[in-house]
Amino acid sequence: MKLLREILFPLIAVIAAFVIGGIVVLIIGDSPIQTYKLLIGSAFSWPDGIGYTLFLATPLIFTGLAVAVAFRCGLLNIGAEGQLYIAAFAAAWVGIKFGGISVGLPGAPPVNTPYASLPMLILVPLCCIAAVGAGAIWGGIPGLLKARFGSHEVINTIMLNFIAVALVSYFTQYHYKVPGDAIMQSAEISSKAHIARLGKFIPGLPERIPLNLAFILAILACVFVYVLLWKTKWGYEIRATGQNPSAAEYGGISIRKQIILAMAISGGLAGMVGINEVLGYRYRYYDGFSADYGFVGIAVALLGRNHPVGVFLAAILFAILLRGGIFVDAFTMKVSKDIVQVLLGILIVLVASEAMFRGPLKKFALIKRAKV
Amino acid sequence: MIELRNITKRFGAVLANDQVSFSVAPGTIHAIVGENGAGKSTAMRIAYGFYTADGGEILINGQPHQIRTPHDAIALGIGMVHQHFMLVEPMTVAENIVLGAEPGSAASLDLKKAVAEIRKVSDEFKLSVDPNATIESLSVGQQQRVELLKALYRHAQLLILDEPTAVLTPQEVEEFFAILRRMREQGKTIIIITHKLSEVLAISDDVTVMRDGKVVGNVKTSETNAAELARLMVGREVLLRVEKPDAKPGSPVVKIDRLSINGRDGTKRLNDVSFEVRAGEIVGIAGVEGNGQTELIEALAGLIPGSYITGKISFEGNDVTNADARRRKELGIAHVPEDRHRRGLLLDSSLAENTILGVHYRKPAVTGPGNIFLDDKGIRSRTEQVIHDFDVRPPNPMLTARSLSGGNQQKLIIGREFELPPKLLLVSQPTRGVDIGAIEFIHRKIVALRDAGCAVLLVSAELEEVTALSDRLLVIHNGQIVGEVDPRAVTNEEIGLMMTGGHK
Amino acid sequence: MRQLFTISLLFSTLRLATPLVLAAIGGLYSERSGVINIALEGLMLAGAFTAASVTFYASSPSIGLAAAIVAGVAVAVIIALACIRFKADQVVTGTGINIMFLGLPAVLSGALFLSSGSTPQIPKDYLLPTIYQFLERIRPAAFPDWIPRWRILTDVSLITLIALLVVLITAYVLYRTPFGLRLRAVGENPEAADAAGVSVNKIRFIGVILSGALAGIGGAYLSIGQSSLFTRNMTAGRGFIALAALIFGKWRPVQTALACLLFGFADALTIQMQGVAKLPSGEDIPVQFIQMIPYVVTIVVLAGFIGQSRAPKAIGIPYEKER
Repeated sequence: MKLLREILFPLIAVIAAFVIGGIVVLIIGDSPIQTYKLLIGSAFSWPDGIGYTLFLATPLIFTGLAVAVAFRCGLLNIGAEGQLYIAAFAAAWVGIKFGGISVGLPGAPPVNTPYASLPMLILVPLCCIAAVGAGAIWGGIPGLLKARFGSHEVINTIMLNFIAVALVSYFTQYHYKVPGDAIMQSAEISSKAHIARLGKFIPGLPERIPLNLAFILAILACVFVYVLLWKTKWGYEIRATGQNPSAAEYGGISIRKQIILAMAISGGLAGMVGINEVLGYRYRYYDGFSADYGFVGIAVALLGRNHPVGVFLAAILFAILLRGGIFVDAFTMKVSKDIVQVLLGILIVLVASEAMFRGPLKKFALIKRAKV
Repeated sequence: MIELRNITKRFGAVLANDQVSFSVAPGTIHAIVGENGAGKSTAMRIAYGFYTADGGEILINGQPHQIRTPHDAIALGIGMVHQHFMLVEPMTVAENIVLGAEPGSAASLDLKKAVAEIRKVSDEFKLSVDPNATIESLSVGQQQRVELLKALYRHAQLLILDEPTAVLTPQEVEEFFAILRRMREQGKTIIIITHKLSEVLAISDDVTVMRDGKVVGNVKTSETNAAELARLMVGREVLLRVEKPDAKPGSPVVKIDRLSINGRDGTKRLNDVSFEVRAGEIVGIAGVEGNGQTELIEALAGLIPGSYITGKISFEGNDVTNADARRRKELGIAHVPEDRHRRGLLLDSSLAENTILGVHYRKPAVTGPGNIFLDDKGIRSRTEQVIHDFDVRPPNPMLTARSLSGGNQQKLIIGREFELPPKLLLVSQPTRGVDIGAIEFIHRKIVALRDAGCAVLLVSAELEEVTALSDRLLVIHNGQIVGEVDPRAVTNEEIGLMMTGGHK
Repeated sequence: MRQLFTISLLFSTLRLATPLVLAAIGGLYSERSGVINIALEGLMLAGAFTAASVTFYASSPSIGLAAAIVAGVAVAVIIALACIRFKADQVVTGTGINIMFLGLPAVLSGALFLSSGSTPQIPKDYLLPTIYQFLERIRPAAFPDWIPRWRILTDVSLITLIALLVVLITAYVLYRTPFGLRLRAVGENPEAADAAGVSVNKIRFIGVILSGALAGIGGAYLSIGQSSLFTRNMTAGRGFIALAALIFGKWRPVQTALACLLFGFADALTIQMQGVAKLPSGEDIPVQFIQMIPYVVTIVVLAGFIGQSRAPKAIGIPYEKER
């Protein structure tokens, strides 16, 4: 019965959000049906639909897991956006500096010289560690601030988002961009830092579709989070802290340590987005690459009830929406892809207000029972 | 004056009030007794408009009335003083009293007028308190006076008092009863909810007994006695005193040396306290709540940061003053906290997860390389053992702690702590909010633990409990131990005097 | 360095602090009653967008301002329903609203103006007036030189004055009226207030609605007072900075307003510094570092002062009677 409830409420919330979103679309003057058909239909073709959808789902799984882990400790991590930017840049940095890449124009003195040129077997893991580590640090900072000073992580993570974007933009613009490049992006990372696209292993899936090994990493991350939270003593401590800090303290658990740990793990998970983006897709740091993955991650975690399985499913759902959003943008007159953000916001508010559904649902259940 | 007819109230699956009916004559003091969970508070909260009944009606002076909110109740002349005071701490006495009935206009609060009116009511009923003091600065007895003034300021004719003497010393109880008698002479009607039979017999005119949500008796106080009331309350013959063999104390297990504790606001909560507890004895601490007992127990359990503590705590000869809570548990110090919902349980987790709280990082809860992984089998068997040995019902390890009754929750916590097994047991308010059957069980278990050689430090606000269980009894007042008494010989008056700072 | 601290800086500070003050005081009403309001950002965006769009069509800033208030109140009603009636997690709900308003203005502006997020530019005459302009408009024709051309009147917006009045009125309301007493009681101990016959949920509703109205005005100031159109995410985190100011100001009106001035000053300094401040080597400081300043200041302030700050005791916990 409880499992049914866990699935039912998010489902109702999704349907309700779509209904409300449909009304908004109607007010604007477009057809909700056509909009939704575009929004969802584009995801199911092979290979492009499914391939791109799973590719888009990958960062959402990471940020969803990140927010979910933080939630389990009673923390709201709004900073996944900043964490993933810092992590992506870190991955690119290692890919350049340790991949033997010289940043500059051919024939002119280089803007930036590498430290070393490592082989692939060392470089790839190093880049991954850099991404996860950078994310963990950027997530650990608000954790530390909360543990030590008690300042609320919501405000601090949001501030750090702005700071992260500015910081990374600075480094890209002044130190890692090829001079004369009109696009705000870093130089390309070494080819030894690339990770393979799944097209290499799956017949029928062309390699032009950016779905890569990071997706497998995402699945592994789900397993990791599940085992961590429910099968280890560390996870027990995190969950206890989130449920009742006073009781956790009574049980000998250090609340401060848990807050920092949970935020660091959360940041590290968000940082994995960098692996997908930099090592598996663009092969460079590209300013502004994130389609609000951090914020969507909040909705993913909420809808997924902060559980890895739920997060995985919700991420796929949102990936369908995000992919569809591009189509909506292109093929409707007035509705833009921003409608996805609106849907997201509505969804979050609805899921948070689940008490709203409990009343009518109870009546429904009572009626069913009475009929028998 | 007020009559409840067939009042029924459900909370989820629990039937808190089942066709409750009784009436209270005007100008009398009427007691409602029952053990914890009998439904007395619920019925009165319905009368005050805090809850709405699922069925039945309430008649005031013969007329049925709809009481949907406290506002309605107040308009009908009903006032209520709750078990846990409903006071806003940072605001002043005057602000608290006039809240909801502020003098002046909507644009301007006339506090001067408020203060004047409060002084009038204060004098009329001889309840003196400074209207401009903040609630935070008042003693518990004074806060209770503010609560009474709140009701009287709103011209209450019927006063409902929920466990009013829980926080008072025996002397204060006498003063309080004098106030009640004065009010009765002035024509007020008083309903007093309590589980203390001695007080019922001392002050009330009539008694209604409730058990398991039902009314099981309506008697005149003059026509009954403690034994009969107890029997009605529980449904069987009750052992009013626990059987306890003599203690055989061994060597000291814990020694507290000049311990002082500062609160977060800088005030001294515990002042230069020294005593010891030996193996195989129960040392009780009697005192009005808020005199430092909470801090003492929490400090011993390792839950107060070292910067707030001066002095020394030794356990089996070792200095543990700076040891953290985990280390202390490992050494054998167990703790049954006074607030089981806040400190003792993860309410939305299973009984299994609650059983390993505090020992979740070592066997039998963990397994695998480095003892990282939770051992589901080990946890389950430990939980089942605790459930069995401590009669926790329903006996399902997968249920959430929240779904258990107060008594069963407490038994689970006690079972968890007793399984360590402890060398020192710190236990605070062990039977608060627990039904009589569980109370007897818990008392027996504590005595048995003592007989097995454990040292027990017991804090309880229930004088009867702490005098019955302790082998040695210390009295605490204002953060200091003011004396030690023989629990078998001392009278309530003597203890009461010490609890308020007087000397033997 | 001397170029940095001028009178202009003072006026800049007032200008930049105004929306913060309005949002923060709005937040005060909500939070003092016990409802955390993380959605100040979204409320401001709602007000800003509505003001810009309506003013464009109606050619009148007063109508635009009124519309902004209505918009703020409307969104606040949604928040109040979710958090108070349905006992939703207040921080999560606020976050949802904020996310919604990252996209909703763009969707609506796409429909209304076929643009990707901005509203069309509004002619200067239809923007919110400075104090001088407002006095000019209402002065009788018989007194041509009635109003002196002091800089404090010509360079300061009417809304800034309104913000100041809001602070003073709030200080009075909070401590000297029955409503203020009840509001504070509800935020500290809702059970006590309920027992005294005060409707907890009603007071909280009012608190949230007020925060919507005030944040709406703050947003309107951004789009039709300080600027002349609405652009995507033009609040740039101000709603959160307002929250930080509220915490820094210990949830008291005057102190919160001072905190907003501090943040406004940091913001003004940032703008002044761009192009002016230089590194020891003589090069310009990269703009990104200057952009970071207000956010770093917020973090530092929050970390430094939270320990001494005491939130309303019952904040964040939906009030439930039946246990």
